[in-house]
Amino acid sequence: MSILVFAENWDGKFKKQTFELISYAHALSKSMNTTVSAISIGKVDDEELNKLGTYGASKVLNVTDCRLYTLDNKTFTMAIAQAAAKENSKIIVFAQNNTGKAIAPRVSIRLKAGLASGVIGLPTSYEPFTIVKKTYTSKALANVIVKSDVKIITLSQNAYGIVENPTTANIEHFSPEIADTDIKTTVIEVNKITGKILLNDAEIVVSGGRGMKGPENWGGIEELAQILGAATACSRPVSDEGWRTHEEHTGQTGKIIAPNLYFAFGISGAIQHLGGISSSKCIVAVNKDPDAPIFEAADYGIVGDALKVIPELIAAIKELKAN
Amino acid sequence: MKILVCISNVPDTTTKIKFLNNNTTFDSAGVQWIINPWDELALTRAIELKEAHAGAVSEITVVNVGLPTTEPTIRKALAIGADKAIRVNLDPKDAYTVALQLSEIIKKDSFDIILCGIESSDYNGTSVGGMLSELLDFPSVSAVSFIDIEGDQLKLKREIDGGQEIIGISTPFIGIVQKGIAKDARIPNMRGIMMAKTKPLQVVEPVSADLYTDFVSFDYPKAKASCKKVDPDNVKELVNLLHNEAKVI
Ligand SMILES: Cc1cc2nc3c(=O)[nH]c(=O)nc-3n(C[C@H](O)[C@H](O)[C@H](O)COP(=O)(O)OP(=O)(O)OC[C@H]3O[C@@H](n4cnc5c(N)ncnc54)[C@H](O)[C@@H]3O)c2cc1C
Ligand SMILES: Cc1cc2nc3c(=O)[nH]c(=O)nc-3n(C[C@H](O)[C@H](O)[C@H](O)COP(=O)(O)OP(=O)(O)OC[C@H]3O[C@@H](n4cnc5c(N)ncnc54)[C@H](O)[C@@H]3O)c2cc1C
Repeated sequence: MSILVFAENWDGKFKKQTFELISYAHALSKSMNTTVSAISIGKVDDEELNKLGTYGASKVLNVTDCRLYTLDNKTFTMAIAQAAAKENSKIIVFAQNNTGKAIAPRVSIRLKAGLASGVIGLPTSYEPFTIVKKTYTSKALANVIVKSDVKIITLSQNAYGIVENPTTANIEHFSPEIADTDIKTTVIEVNKITGKILLNDAEIVVSGGRGMKGPENWGGIEELAQILGAATACSRPVSDEGWRTHEEHTGQTGKIIAPNLYFAFGISGAIQHLGGISSSKCIVAVNKDPDAPIFEAADYGIVGDALKVIPELIAAIKELKAN
Repeated sequence: MKILVCISNVPDTTTKIKFLNNNTTFDSAGVQWIINPWDELALTRAIELKEAHAGAVSEITVVNVGLPTTEPTIRKALAIGADKAIRVNLDPKDAYTVALQLSEIIKKDSFDIILCGIESSDYNGTSVGGMLSELLDFPSVSAVSFIDIEGDQLKLKREIDGGQEIIGISTPFIGIVQKGIAKDARIPNMRGIMMAKTKPLQVVEPVSADLYTDFVSFDYPKAKASCKKVDPDNVKELVNLLHNEAKVI
């Protein structure tokens, strides 16, 4: 028996998300008296693979088949399902991100396994296996029983955190059986921005809404983000109007994020916006309207003019960093 | 080519979520039901494709798994521009049941492009499209933000961290779509609403299924402690709180 984690890499490197999954699986494995195996697909070197041991993986199945260098949902599913069979895995853990959403449901059908997606913590009971997931775009939580023998979990980002559980990871080469004819998608072109902190990875996010008045006022938001090592975000109307790019749109119909700290400048706090940010650990709102709904979601607030507050905030943070 | 758009019937995005019977049932009193936002965008893009490739796309069908109460939502999809509709007469209890019913519909009729939304805004399963692909053994692409027809191939854009990939694929296939797939959802016009009344809406009885999951009850997220207000003339105090109290900077 084992717990299997899909350890996703980005250009050969793991991210905090991957380590969070291993940490989570390690806690599961302790309660279930078993061990954690991970499957990595793509070109990742041994030094990087060894890092999975730091968080509690005792075995890593390393799939280096060059046909799987880009994501193909069906063949990734085949590889993971074969690994689960080999490891006799009772629980398979994915991240609730684009890749997890693409593959976990397919694996669930292939293995006749119940799927709980967007899970926010460890099971509340193992018998019956009961777990809590987000529903209604974070407006409610559901208690779900997974009845099948094999179970699949996709874990919400930042729901568990990273915990070190130093273990020696045995790295094993694994070649899943995949025929060329199984691959049906061709990646023709990849367009990526590099060197920017991505919204989904950022610990701190600085976000602006329509109250910022216009794109010419984003200099302060960018400077604040830069000194904090933060990513920038915006509300939907701001991206709709082309003040900022669509990559920055957060909320129910945009990106759903859970950073440690989220700054909302001139954002009213519409329910659809909150759906994407309410899992942030700490929310700071600056809005000139004391009745703006964002203050109900915020931990700290300033009722005032964002355009005036931002430069003062930059100065105060610079002072803090200097000491 | 025939396009199938799978639509979920969900509470309007501004709905205050409440539960009844010891938090076991969703309180639908006074709730406005809408087409799940992503499904509405998927339908819009399907209509755009039919308009742009009149010869290539012959028909757009929408399908919903739901009780007769979802018919106003289905009629709205017909009013927006779908040619016909299918309703599988079942109160769905999880993503697997929905995917299984949809797979039966697709096995009976041949569709070339099947579109699902990335997530139904009620149960946030993000699962139906993927499950459906595996049940049918069809290729699937998720996080699709653009789709177009090029000869007998399709060209897609897939969102990845920090960018996009351009992907080529042949039919039949399942596209799981998100933001960007169409700019704004189409709003039905008077003519569309009139025509929708006479467009075919076929009701199909479900196949039986064993469920793997059971949604037993609901909770409300923990209420936030009230917001600590800082004087706008004392921004330094905010930095102090974030550093020493919240410990986030
Ligand atoms: C189906 C659907 C899905 C949606 N999805 C999303 C989504 O994913 N994300 C999203 O963001 N929205 C979404 N929306 C839109 C949402 O309903 C709101 O319209 C939107 O979030 C409002 O954006 P905003 O807060 O920037 O603008 P506004 O609501 O116009 O708020 C501007 C705020 O700025 C304040 N302000 C003005 N001047 C200043 C100043 N000088 N200093 C400080 N404060 C100032 C005002 O008091 C006000 O509170 C969706 C809507 C629908 C119907
Ligand atoms: C406890 C519980 C109670 C429910 N009660 C009701 C109810 O009262 N009324 C009701 O109508 N539904 C009800 N449902 C069903 C629910 O609305 C969804 O259809 C179903 O649960 C799938 O949700 P999901 O979040 O897993 O879908 P996701 O996997 O997030 O959906 C992704 C995509 O799949 C497609 N899809 C999803 N659901 C359907 C569907 N039903 N028909 C066609 N395509 C679909 C859409 O394209 C959607 O964008 C209930 C579900 C649960 C778990």
